[in-house]
Amino acid sequence: MLRLPPFRYHRPSSLAEALELKGEHRSEAMYVAGGTDLVPNMKHRLFEPAHLVALKGLPELRGIEERDGSLRIGAAETLTDVAKNKAVLEGFPALAAAAGHVAGPQLRNSGTLGGNVCLDTRCTYYNQTAFWREALGFCLKKDGDVCHVTKVGKKCVAAHSADTPPVLMTLDAELVLAGPEEIRSVPVRDFFVADGIVNNQRLPDEIVTEIRIPLSSVGRRQAYTKLRQRKSIDFPLLTVAIAADMDASGRVRSIEGVVTGLGSRPRLLTGWSEIAEGHALDDEVVEELAERAHKQCHPLENIIVDPEWRRAMVPVYVKRALAQLRAA
Amino acid sequence: MTTTHDIVRLHVNGDLREVGVPTHYTLLETLRYILGLTGSKQGCDKGDCGACTVVVDGRPTLSCITPVWEAVGTEVITVEGLASADGPHPLQDEFDLNGAAQCGFCTPGILCSASALLERTRAPSREEIKDALAGNLCRCTGYTKIYDAVEAAARRLSADDASADAATEGGASTGGASPVETDREPGGV
Repeated sequence: MLRLPPFRYHRPSSLAEALELKGEHRSEAMYVAGGTDLVPNMKHRLFEPAHLVALKGLPELRGIEERDGSLRIGAAETLTDVAKNKAVLEGFPALAAAAGHVAGPQLRNSGTLGGNVCLDTRCTYYNQTAFWREALGFCLKKDGDVCHVTKVGKKCVAAHSADTPPVLMTLDAELVLAGPEEIRSVPVRDFFVADGIVNNQRLPDEIVTEIRIPLSSVGRRQAYTKLRQRKSIDFPLLTVAIAADMDASGRVRSIEGVVTGLGSRPRLLTGWSEIAEGHALDDEVVEELAERAHKQCHPLENIIVDPEWRRAMVPVYVKRALAQLRAA
Repeated sequence: MTTTHDIVRLHVNGDLREVGVPTHYTLLETLRYILGLTGSKQGCDKGDCGACTVVVDGRPTLSCITPVWEAVGTEVITVEGLASADGPHPLQDEFDLNGAAQCGFCTPGILCSASALLERTRAPSREEIKDALAGNLCRCTGYTKIYDAVEAAARRLSADDASADAATEGGASTGGASPVETDREPGGV
């Protein structure tokens, strides 16, 4: 059995109260929404906060509705609710698919969209018990100063393993972050940084309150594919999200692809517009796009699946996503 | 930090239970070690295997990674709450009749996931059953007999519903007995 370290549990009833509790306990406190990522991590002693501030009961973080030209999704809405929501299914089917592919049904019933966006990075040498990690002398990301993946590197390369951010990036979504001083919004595509220790720009006191997807993205053709070991429950070994605007004759006006599951942040694939814009998505263009994606992806042995195989799967999954897109 | 205790009020299997519990306990630890409800199993204890699944407000939930405070104000159903005074839940009968349990460790969690599914729909497709049980690992059966048992229980429940409807409409009643014929007695192996 895996016991949790002792902590106090706070259930604030408003956003202001949650921010206040965090301000009171500072670095001793962490926020928790669904807990599906944080609680196992606490059991592994990756985090040992003395106070947990629960976000699920905050009314400011609930609801899915159209507002000011965007679909606004409260950050504490569960992945189950996002995946089954009518507005999401109709307007953003790739997001519904991604949310519906996170882990298994029980985890989606607890886990939230905001939590998925803020998911901690994962690594073979990190997501282990304290006993296991200690036996290896710990690692760069937690309690140690060596990276067991790169051996020499001083930068953590733990993998970003969340399903929804790549899709949100291709839909031009933004996050609303509430801190003690200000409320700010950040495009999802600018949210992540290439550092496996903390791979996003959320400040420790800030709460992701909502995700906004512009309704202007509704008409885009969208696709989402995911490689995993067991299709019933696993984290992605590779995820591909693509969105494209096509004209009436089927020519690409604009196209964007994002892959993740490989490095510390989702990667926006470059060079795609030159290949596809103004052309139909015929087999030749598809082949070129897949090849360009393959050239850019160089996964490391940060998760316990052969990186060469994961890399070889990049063009395969890009092509599957493009096939979805053509059929959309 | 030292352990502190809280008094929490939980609705479990229809009863209101007020218990003192270490603040950092999970729902699973509270069920097993405070309330003595050991039906929910402590398997991986980190949200991978589904053996600890209970139904919280109608949704299958992993009790091993649910802080006990998150269950306050909800309705929790564990495997102990599935049977009624009339007898076992149809799922429990059909698991028995279909040989859907071998070592039995995953069974309480699977029964909880399946019961929530059958509350949502009485006529789940095979795919829906597979999806609903995707978060419950079974290392013995290969799942086929489990899916068969859930399908059989669904048929029985919808037949029960139909006869209950007929009874309320003043039509022929089957008197509460299951109208589905079976040539095996519950409990027989």
